[in-house]
Amino acid sequence: MATQASRTASRLMLSPAVVLLFLWMIVPLGMTIYFSLLRFNLLMPGTEEFTGFENYFYFFTDPAFWPALVNTLTLVLGVLVITVVGGVALAVLLDQPVWGQGIVRILVIAPFFVMPSVSALVWKNMLMNPVNGLFAAIARGLGLEPIDFFAEAPLASIIVIVAWQWLPFATLILLTALQSLDREQMDAAEMDGAGPIRRFVHLTVPHLTRAITVVVLIQTIFLLSVFAEILVTTNGGPGTASTTLTFLVYMQSMLQFDVGLGSAGGIVAVILANIVAIFLMRMIGKNLEA
Amino acid sequence: MGEIVLSDVRKSFGGVSIIQGIDLTIKDGEFVVFVGPSGCGKSTLLRLIAGLEDTTDGIIAIDGRDATRLPPARRGLAMVFQSYALYPHMSVRKNIAFPLRMAGMPAAEQDRKVEAAAKVLNLTPYLDRRPSQLSGGQRQRVAIGRAIVREPSAFLFDEPLSNLDAALRVSMRQEISELHQSLKTTMIYVTHDQVEAMTMADKIVVLNAGRIEQVGSPLELYKTPANLFVAGFIGSPKMNFIEGAEAAKHGAHTLGVRPEHIAIAADGPWKGVVGISEHLGSDTFLKVQVDGMGPLTVRAGGEVELHYGDAVSLAAQPGKLHRFDAAGHTLSA
Repeated sequence: MATQASRTASRLMLSPAVVLLFLWMIVPLGMTIYFSLLRFNLLMPGTEEFTGFENYFYFFTDPAFWPALVNTLTLVLGVLVITVVGGVALAVLLDQPVWGQGIVRILVIAPFFVMPSVSALVWKNMLMNPVNGLFAAIARGLGLEPIDFFAEAPLASIIVIVAWQWLPFATLILLTALQSLDREQMDAAEMDGAGPIRRFVHLTVPHLTRAITVVVLIQTIFLLSVFAEILVTTNGGPGTASTTLTFLVYMQSMLQFDVGLGSAGGIVAVILANIVAIFLMRMIGKNLEA
Repeated sequence: MGEIVLSDVRKSFGGVSIIQGIDLTIKDGEFVVFVGPSGCGKSTLLRLIAGLEDTTDGIIAIDGRDATRLPPARRGLAMVFQSYALYPHMSVRKNIAFPLRMAGMPAAEQDRKVEAAAKVLNLTPYLDRRPSQLSGGQRQRVAIGRAIVREPSAFLFDEPLSNLDAALRVSMRQEISELHQSLKTTMIYVTHDQVEAMTMADKIVVLNAGRIEQVGSPLELYKTPANLFVAGFIGSPKMNFIEGAEAAKHGAHTLGVRPEHIAIAADGPWKGVVGISEHLGSDTFLKVQVDGMGPLTVRAGGEVELHYGDAVSLAAQPGKLHRFDAAGHTLSA
């Protein structure tokens, strides 16, 4: 990449990919912004007209908006806490030399390969079901009253399901990071008089900060758009107890056929995602710098 | 205080015997070097003394107290690792203070000790830097500083200079020797480099395949090696070994003669042709193909002008021949 000619050539050859990626991003975004400014209901074709920010006004004043915003942030935060803490713990355990290590690791990673809707169904019908579920059977075996998870704690149940799906991802990333920890540093700390817990706090955790940052950033992107698990289990209810922004957009555009309002919700979700991203980069992005 | 006694120490990993019965006494204040080829178990032996590995059998006593089952931190030893093993997210100051902090020492006293150690090691300007901002030699000094502040009864060095370039290695070698002179603490130093062993040690322990081949001062090992292995390992360039008729003439299976003990003499009994000649200025190393004996390395003076293909006559200096029997043991003169 030294000469002027090779630099020009490289720009020329890169440009189709860059242009394609840019169009891929800007066309759907532009269309969504355009739709969000229209009165556009699929039940009344031919009545589309420009309404300015009216859709946004209705979206913000929707009684489900604020609960949905809070639910979205609760879901993201809850899953992040469970997967990071659980992921570190599992990674430390899996890093120990045990018999059958390979099989155990595959078992731990397995949930990540299950489709979201399938795993939500498994949790709904086989584990958390108040009549047929495993948890209900255990509760009855202990002489307790079975809990109807999706009626009594809908959001918490969804957080558990999503966390179960994302725990393998966090474990995998953290385990690889853990394996790159210098054994001699651990030996040195042991010579210096640090016990297992203080070695964990003073060496392992600082070593893992960068991997944790990666886990948090990647998971946040995906967790903001969690949808299948909600649709399959609670359908956003009871009431708005488990409605997130993503699900609210779905309800308005697909159930109420209001494309304009749904598009406005989509743009709000994009803005929220950017706000979260800015906060995250400010807080933990510096960990990624060499 | 820092006397370490090993009695019949053994270590095996899953049935493979790495250390096969080591008996060794290291006196207080001694600088002992474990030297041997890679895979001979010298680093394992050091880790056994440190407590980072459990012994399979035998007793390790430190200052007369059985320490075989003591955890590393309670043995009162400090170790410097090959990779330095500095904590990358801590400043130099925090790295050096780490063992003190773990021991629960008051902050003011920690600071005082860290400053003192930094002064000894010329690290004062770098105290607030991270290890990644230091050069190899400086990192090595930080690792030594972290060992010094604990005031251990003995220092353990695990090939500490092998990651440094040649020039730095020589100066760090001297710094460690000076440190030993001023601290007068027991030091155990592991290396595969016989030059480091010769220059630094009070006592060299030559290890091979998990066994001690010979223990002695550098000059003892040089003058009276116990067997072929030690004879070949100590000394640079390597000792020449001659087998066959020439050895039989001296009543030995193998005859050993060091390159520096062969003289170029017009009436010498060994006639040969010069192969490679390396002119170092101070010395000239000649590879001479001797008729009926094979190649011999000869160390000649720096001014010697001999080149490829020149004929030369050699003679061993009288009394400098080493004789070995068929099993490789030295035959007494």
